[in-house]
Amino acid sequence: MQIETTINGKKITLEVANDELLSDALRAKGYLSIRQGCDTSCCGLCTVWIDGKPTLSCSTLAFRVRDKQITTIEGVAQQAEEFAQVLVAEGAEQCGFCSPGFIMTVLAMKHELKNPTEQEIIHYLTGNLCRCTGYMGQLRAIKKYLGGA
Amino acid sequence: MFTIEQVLQPETLEEAYQALHGNISNTVLGGCAFLRLGSKKIATAIDLSELKLDYILEPGKEIEIGAMTTFRTVETHPTLHQLFNGVLPKSVSNIIGVQFRNVVTVGATVYSKYGFSDLLTALLALDTEVELYKGGRLPLEEFLQKSFPKDILTRLFIQKNARKASYQSMRNSLSDYPILTIAVSELNQRWRIVVGARPLRAQLASKASEALSNSKLTAEDIEQSASLAVEELSFGSNIRGSAEYRKAMCKVLVKRGIMEVLQCK
Amino acid sequence: MKYVGKGLPKLDGIRIATGQPVYTEDLTPANTLVVKILRSPHAFARIKTIDTSQAAALEGVACVLTHQDVPKVRFTLAGQSYPEPSPYDRYILDEIVRYVGDEVAIIAAVDEKTAIRAMALVKVDYEVFDPVLDFETAAEHPSVVHPEADLACNIDIGLQQEKNIVCSHINEVGDVEQELAQCDVVVEETYYIQAQAHAMMETYRAVSYLDHTGRLVVTSSTQIPFHVRRQLARALQLPASRIRVIKPRIGGGFGGKQTGCVEVFAALVTQKTGQPAKIVLDRRETFTSTTSRHAMRLKVRIGADKEGFIRALDIEGLSDTGAYGEHAPTVFWVVGEKTLPLYNKTRAVRYHGQVVYTNKMPAGALRGYGATQGTFALECAVNKLAEKLNLDPAELRLKNLIKEGETALAYHGKRLGSSTLHQCIEKGKELIGWQEKYPRKEMGNNKVRAVGMAVTMQGSGIAGIDTASAEIRLNDDGSYTLLLGSTDMGTGSDTILAQMAAEVLETTLDQIVVYAADTDISPFDPGSYASSTTYVTGMAVVKAAQDVKSRIIQQGANFLETTVEEVTFDGQLLHAGDKSMTLEKLAELSILGSGKLQLVGHGTYGSNVSPPPYVAGFAEVEVDQETGKTTLLDYVAVVDCGTVINPTLARIQVEGGIVQGIGLALYEDVKYDTKGTLLTNSFMQYKIPCRKDIGNIRVAFEESHEPTGPFGAKSIGEVVINTPAPAIAHAVYNAVGVSVTKLPITPEKVFMGMQK
Repeated sequence: MQIETTINGKKITLEVANDELLSDALRAKGYLSIRQGCDTSCCGLCTVWIDGKPTLSCSTLAFRVRDKQITTIEGVAQQAEEFAQVLVAEGAEQCGFCSPGFIMTVLAMKHELKNPTEQEIIHYLTGNLCRCTGYMGQLRAIKKYLGGA
Repeated sequence: MFTIEQVLQPETLEEAYQALHGNISNTVLGGCAFLRLGSKKIATAIDLSELKLDYILEPGKEIEIGAMTTFRTVETHPTLHQLFNGVLPKSVSNIIGVQFRNVVTVGATVYSKYGFSDLLTALLALDTEVELYKGGRLPLEEFLQKSFPKDILTRLFIQKNARKASYQSMRNSLSDYPILTIAVSELNQRWRIVVGARPLRAQLASKASEALSNSKLTAEDIEQSASLAVEELSFGSNIRGSAEYRKAMCKVLVKRGIMEVLQCK
Repeated sequence: MKYVGKGLPKLDGIRIATGQPVYTEDLTPANTLVVKILRSPHAFARIKTIDTSQAAALEGVACVLTHQDVPKVRFTLAGQSYPEPSPYDRYILDEIVRYVGDEVAIIAAVDEKTAIRAMALVKVDYEVFDPVLDFETAAEHPSVVHPEADLACNIDIGLQQEKNIVCSHINEVGDVEQELAQCDVVVEETYYIQAQAHAMMETYRAVSYLDHTGRLVVTSSTQIPFHVRRQLARALQLPASRIRVIKPRIGGGFGGKQTGCVEVFAALVTQKTGQPAKIVLDRRETFTSTTSRHAMRLKVRIGADKEGFIRALDIEGLSDTGAYGEHAPTVFWVVGEKTLPLYNKTRAVRYHGQVVYTNKMPAGALRGYGATQGTFALECAVNKLAEKLNLDPAELRLKNLIKEGETALAYHGKRLGSSTLHQCIEKGKELIGWQEKYPRKEMGNNKVRAVGMAVTMQGSGIAGIDTASAEIRLNDDGSYTLLLGSTDMGTGSDTILAQMAAEVLETTLDQIVVYAADTDISPFDPGSYASSTTYVTGMAVVKAAQDVKSRIIQQGANFLETTVEEVTFDGQLLHAGDKSMTLEKLAELSILGSGKLQLVGHGTYGSNVSPPPYVAGFAEVEVDQETGKTTLLDYVAVVDCGTVINPTLARIQVEGGIVQGIGLALYEDVKYDTKGTLLTNSFMQYKIPCRKDIGNIRVAFEESHEPTGPFGAKSIGEVVINTPAPAIAHAVYNAVGVSVTKLPITPEKVFMGMQK
């Protein structure tokens, strides 16, 4: 079916299958930052914003984003790079495969929470798994980023 | 791999209900977080998104929660943080992650009667009713115990009262599904003890609740009702834990739940 | 030094962090066939008949391949230098399927949906056999997992096919039984380590196509491009020169991608159809149909005298390699190789045992590679010995551990070139607060806190076997291109190697283009595994840089019409008396006109030692005495990796390894049902640690100087995973007196232990 939606601020008409997932639809459309890390809705790699809320694109049927605002990391490139600079300075991107989903969640947290405590940061990001870094470097980067931003 | 042949986004509940009964494999969509886990072949997927069921209202003596409300909304709702010592936000806050809780819905969780559900355990300890489109309003407990013809869960109603509550769960990894869940609540000296993820679905431990309500709440009484809960409920084994361990944890967590309620303001 | 020792960001950091399309699947050409695998539902069966006609007839299906369509040549998928010690025990597709998830048919179609639809149309009739599921009784089981006559080994690994024994091994120095008999104190315990999953975030994937000359090109998320090329050549019966393997960015490996799990399936489709093909395993396939850590049972006996000197050490192992023998012998040997040399006051040591086939998913290489298993068993036993001797476990270690310049019974007669392990222990004790906290403190409310410790060693590359090369080319603009065959899987090795080159060449990092890896372009490198890249490839890079530097000076002498002795080079300018020339000018002239020579430096390095890095690990836990739940509060890792080339990246390597070790210790349970189906086959059921599970992790370095390493460096990649399991087990024991000998240490095991 055809749906009208907004991706990264641009109105777009998407042709999607009834059972197509948003993650697949976005990749097919060239948003290759969307990664899939699991089949069970629990790794956070595919996180995008739907109407500003961090959401699993792998668990969202594409037709359901009709008339919604989708944001991928490509749509917040400047903010993403600002945080990525801090993250990379800590070496905490490592393999980078989970980074887009992680960064989208960090940026969403920044919008949603004012001066989060360390516990709140950890809680907000628990749904983003990472096997490389051991999380500590990511936490250091977030604290620096929030402290400096 | 699941498949969907047709999608219907009805504008009325009646339309949704009719569609649901059109074909045996027609299905109401919830948050869809678990859709990929199975290989369901759905003829018509009924999406309730257009029915404006994503809300939490508190018109009078009740909290009203629409079926399409997400866990994240429950988790962050200011009133729910104040009521019942925040037992509802507390129950959902450890489930996977924010982006998951922005997907899963209250209605689908309750209607599916998931055994591992944290939320069901907490809801059952409160004065909760569900509303089915055809079946009407009924207590959550009754809904969980009986089976009903295919229907659409539209709303939850929770009595806004001075019930004090505590939520306890046993998890190994903190973002894992629980090994056991417990909710304990008290209103006017009447106690409710609920145990979930046994791994069977949440159930009221009625004898234990009764005994506690009629007791003087001494350490011995608490110990005894925790034991009663273990005796009256059945426990099973799965990859997260054995029945034996679950029984032991039931006793520990029920006690902790009661103690916490006693300390609640 | 200007670059070595600096915590510089990774060269590719910003691009990979912000989601640029630089991974294998992102590079799929248009009109690529999607490859799906039909997998066995049985743990052990023979395919009686397989009917693919309906599936093949479906519109959009390019091919359906079965065991009848593949070369009858056995090979191994283990990424090891030829001749591989792993047995040649698999076909691309076999008539016999040996575990639930084993490949039955390859389906290629225009899209995923069509391929999955076709898969359902393949009709298979199986003759089901009684599977071998328990590795402890595999040797006596009537079923033979590998009955075939053409199973072959390159070297004698002690194979006994009819008994399901893939490898038998014994290494004894001195007489262990006699020494044990003379010891004042002997402890004995049996330990079990589970088949941990790598759980890298990017699952296995490969894309293949034919190039303009008809050569097979395979782009793969692999740690081992050159080994994959050799595997494909054998499996597909093609000359290796007809194959090119390209490695783009990799989304994590941890040793998993040291086994060629998927390349051959896409490549076969391209070979058969001439069309581009891609295979992307989903998470479930990654859990069920690739490889894992080798599950092991290790029985340890340690004997000591009254003074607390360890005199005899005996480890008897049994390893479960699953259905195929990838890395089976080598992982097994490493258990003893990387544990026995730790304690060198011994008079006799022995490591012996067997590796068995079972009808479960094959095991393979995983960070730590046997040392992890060995460290858990040995260090748990050493902690037990300390208790029996009534000695502080740190003191017992300080007394018994090998020191720099010393040798050990099982260290091949060599002397240890570098170690600060004793300082690591002292430093770790201080950081964790050992004096105040050991062994335990009651916190009230049924909570008790305790500390525990363990030490470990690994290697740096494979001595006498793995040899890496590097090339550095001076480009026409005066910049350099560093060509590598090693595979940065997120570790930052490309950056670290560039730092080394920049140091030698006295240039800036932005003047060095790093290219890795492509078998058509890169010099040979076995790949990034066995903790080899910083140490082995690093030395090759240093040599290549020195080589190109001396050629620059030589060329400078020619251009400046003087002798080499007169020329100085500071990285930018060449001087000889009052004459000078910029590097840029030299580069420009080198490729202009007749009689010129573009400058290329080469370096090849293989080491005859594998210098061990060391870690002293300390855990502080809080145990809930009512539930058995262990909460890790603090972990201190003090590391000797020689010279730290890049402290930022080294620290992340340590933290990541520690957390993977915490997963092994506390969360990552592996469960099968009675028919051999893996139940823990998703991130929902197999729990890698999340952010809330890890407590605080603190890392410190105690640098040593390894004389055989680049700038004194050793490795760091693997050694960091080894200490959490034994240190946490020790802390839990100190807290509640429960010794969990079977990983992971779940609340249930601790609770049940407390009821005894």
